Amino acid sequence: MSVFSAALLPALLCLAALWGLHKRVDVYGALVRGAEDGIATVIKILPALVGLLTAIYMLRASGALELATGALAPLLERIGIPAETAPLMLVRPMSGSGALAVGVELMKRYGPDSEIGRTAAVMLGASETTFYTIAVYFGGLGIRKTRYAIPAALCADLAGFLASAWAVRLFFGPR
Amino acid sequence: MAMAVLWTAMVVISVLCAAATGRLEALSAAALSGAAAAVELSIAMAGAICLWCGVLEVLRRGGALEGLSRLLRPVLGLLYPEFRNDRRVMEPLTANVAANLLGVGNAATPMGIRAAAAMARNLNGVASDSLCMLVVINTSSLQVIPATVAAARAAAGSAAPFDILPAVWLASAVSVTVGIVAARLLARVWP
Repeated sequence: MSVFSAALLPALLCLAALWGLHKRVDVYGALVRGAEDGIATVIKILPALVGLLTAIYMLRASGALELATGALAPLLERIGIPAETAPLMLVRPMSGSGALAVGVELMKRYGPDSEIGRTAAVMLGASETTFYTIAVYFGGLGIRKTRYAIPAALCADLAGFLASAWAVRLFFGPR
Repeated sequence: MAMAVLWTAMVVISVLCAAATGRLEALSAAALSGAAAAVELSIAMAGAICLWCGVLEVLRRGGALEGLSRLLRPVLGLLYPEFRNDRRVMEPLTANVAANLLGVGNAATPMGIRAAAAMARNLNGVASDSLCMLVVINTSSLQVIPATVAAARAAAGSAAPFDILPAVWLASAVSVTVGIVAARLLARVWP
């Protein structure tokens, strides 16, 4: 499996290049032309990222996340989510690397094959860095009215977290 | 405006919490390192974004995306009816879906942004239903092989790092479905 995923990117590059040659595409010229579009995209989204990441880093450093975790714990246990995963769920929409760090910490403390460890892993695998994604998409395009995108995306995240906890119990038995 | 309110709320809550817990010094350091991290992230992503935009251009010139688009059109047409016959949207959109499924996240985002940019051509800063749908689908992960998480589990000493795959698929499917349904329902009531 890991060999497969490691070979995926190089194989895609190879196949695309060979297939392009076969179709008589100027492969290198097209690659460079496409990369030009790519760098324009990066420059477009950078200012939005500066704004968003500043706020996210502040939120993390202020201790607000810990406070929210304590408040949420009883509610989570009631709906079947291990309360230990609360910080993961709070960080996940805001920081991919932060959530991975929290998840790894949970796996280390409770064991990767424990219910908490598995739930953390499934939550990480089944969700995205929602606010990043929203900022990257809307920020770069100059969309100021995002309408219902944020509530709908958060609904999807919440459903994904719930389903993660339930799926772990479904496939690996109750604790 | 939503982003304006959200951003202000995040900053105000941070300042209040930090003041209450005596972490104002850490807070000001965090603000600056957050701004720096944005630039670092952009630079770290730039190479991958350029590479994948380049690969897409190769595929596009060869006509691969037309074929794949035709395959995915029944599904994508349902989700984005107004762009059903718009190649400038459908081609990057197809590549976005394919890259998401393959778990090549850093290829999926540039293609998604391309599709979003094509969708946003005639908007005056207000997100359309299709644009919201695209973003919601991209915020709920669709990946088939969560390689990073499996790597983290292996590093933590898991007996079988990939045994969570069925659970991840089920949870992702639930998440995407709820996202699509929520977007469709909210589209009716949100001005």
